Amino acid sequence: MKKNLSWNEYLITGLIIVSGYSAILFVGLILFFLLREGLPSFREVPLPVIFSKRWYPIEDYFGILPLLGGSLIVTLGATMIAVPVGLSTAIFISEIAPRWAREILKPLIELLAGLPSVVLGFLGVLVFTSLLRRALDLPTGLTAFTGSFLLGGIAIPTIVSVAEDALDAVPRSYRDGALALGATKWQTIWRVTLPAARSGVVTAIMLGIGRAIGETMAVMMVTGNAPVLPVRLSMLFSPVRTMTATIAAEMGEVASGSVHFHVLFLIGIILFSISLIVNVIASAVVFRQRKRSERILS
Amino acid sequence: MIHLMIKAIIALMKILHWLIIAGVTLSLFGCAIHSTTPGTGKPQSESAYIENKGSDTIVNLALAWAERYQQLHPEVRISVTGGGSGTGIAALINGTVDIANASRKIKPEEVEKAGANGTKPVEFVIARDAIAVIVNINNSIERLTIQQISDIYSGKINNWQELGGEDRPIVRLSRETNSGTHVYFLEEVLRLGQADNKTLFSTDTLLLPSSEGISAEIRDNPNAIGYDGLGYVTPDMKMIAVASNEGGEYVLPSAETVNNDTYPIARDLYMYSNGQPVGEIKSYLEWIFSSEAQQIVIDLGFVPINPP
Repeated sequence: MKKNLSWNEYLITGLIIVSGYSAILFVGLILFFLLREGLPSFREVPLPVIFSKRWYPIEDYFGILPLLGGSLIVTLGATMIAVPVGLSTAIFISEIAPRWAREILKPLIELLAGLPSVVLGFLGVLVFTSLLRRALDLPTGLTAFTGSFLLGGIAIPTIVSVAEDALDAVPRSYRDGALALGATKWQTIWRVTLPAARSGVVTAIMLGIGRAIGETMAVMMVTGNAPVLPVRLSMLFSPVRTMTATIAAEMGEVASGSVHFHVLFLIGIILFSISLIVNVIASAVVFRQRKRSERILS
Repeated sequence: MIHLMIKAIIALMKILHWLIIAGVTLSLFGCAIHSTTPGTGKPQSESAYIENKGSDTIVNLALAWAERYQQLHPEVRISVTGGGSGTGIAALINGTVDIANASRKIKPEEVEKAGANGTKPVEFVIARDAIAVIVNINNSIERLTIQQISDIYSGKINNWQELGGEDRPIVRLSRETNSGTHVYFLEEVLRLGQADNKTLFSTDTLLLPSSEGISAEIRDNPNAIGYDGLGYVTPDMKMIAVASNEGGEYVLPSAETVNNDTYPIARDLYMYSNGQPVGEIKSYLEWIFSSEAQQIVIDLGFVPINPP
């Protein structure tokens, strides 16, 4: 019996080790395939063409700047919407709302995270684009901002859920101490609870942004997909084309191994690098933060 | 207690598991028996195989036809693949397909090449494809020339006022670049059918991934102009009457004006067989001109050859 148990244990330990390493293996393989299919585009398309402002692949215009700009402006807009709303919701649920309200609100918000993005995109096309066009008197409601709004909606549940957990994990004694020193409730939240939970909050924001930049369907349905390079912030209210939408729209029909195919993979490499950078920054911030808080606590 | 319940559930799942396996095995046997019975009645050689390849514009139509025809004639197998008109015709010249689909006429050099290869493509016009230019129902514009549509899409005309309409910006809608309709519109309308014309879509043209995306925006937005296959136009949008040049007659697209060649943005869709078709290929092509097959043409948004 005892021998049997230890055999089981070996098996389970082995499985866990394999799954742990498989994550690294898969990321490595994805990177390998991206590089293998994407790097030939540097040989096939001259650099000035890649970094030009015109994307029209069926006539060999492969300028990726408009797509990069489109993704960035949509994500920036989504962050500007999702971070304030998400953080304030998290603070409200964790610090201000009574316990019973928290038990209702949190599962509801987490339910929102499970909403398929296509459904959101459909709602966006049918309702929000029209409202936005009328409200702001725009030529069309299919704009970067529409995408940002939907992406904000997609990122908010993630941000709220993770940030609320982090705030909730701050020891009760911190708040009691602050209040005992005469701090108001707002001062306690802003100066004590939030800084103490900062690493968790930063993780929440990064996870939210990560969800936003990789989102495809909703964005493809509402941003209009016009490959125009956004040069001013006001272009948030004009149509843009994101990298994810470009890959999704064009990959289905492109001949495998063609120049266009390789350039689409190059866009994949850029997306991969962006999410890598976001993650590296996030973990750097979290790591430094932990060291400082440890110093304070010790 | 919970332990017991889990055990019971596991036992249940095991039973289910075996039941499913038994079921699958039985049904497989059943299939095998079924499929062998007609085989014993008819000799295997009677089943025919038709290879059909070419234009991506036609591929859905060809697939729908093939599916229906195989239901009517289970002894015939039809394989349909896309790849483009050129690919289909090249395959016909090389003798690897029985029928090539094309959304353009065969070129003289392709006919020459076929002759050198000992094949003789025979042409059938199997359906027609018309592209309707559509605007919001409240837009006051009724008619445009092809040159004007080209100027709108290339970015030379940016306000409906320049065309005699209201003072509103023009929002250009187009299908994605991988759509056959996009390429046809680019070549025949934007570039006016001139081979050396290198006009491009204005960069701020919205590229929408589906016909539904275009319809939704046209219905909602009074600034928008779009184009799509005639079959996708619904009564809550407005079709523009098109003239091929300034003095010409402005014609609204319909099955009739497409068939009598007065509507300018229309094209024939072709199938090419190798030599005069015989046997199963002949009966398949004959069936394509039947009213049942031409009804499928209407269902998929194309214009039938013989309106049923």
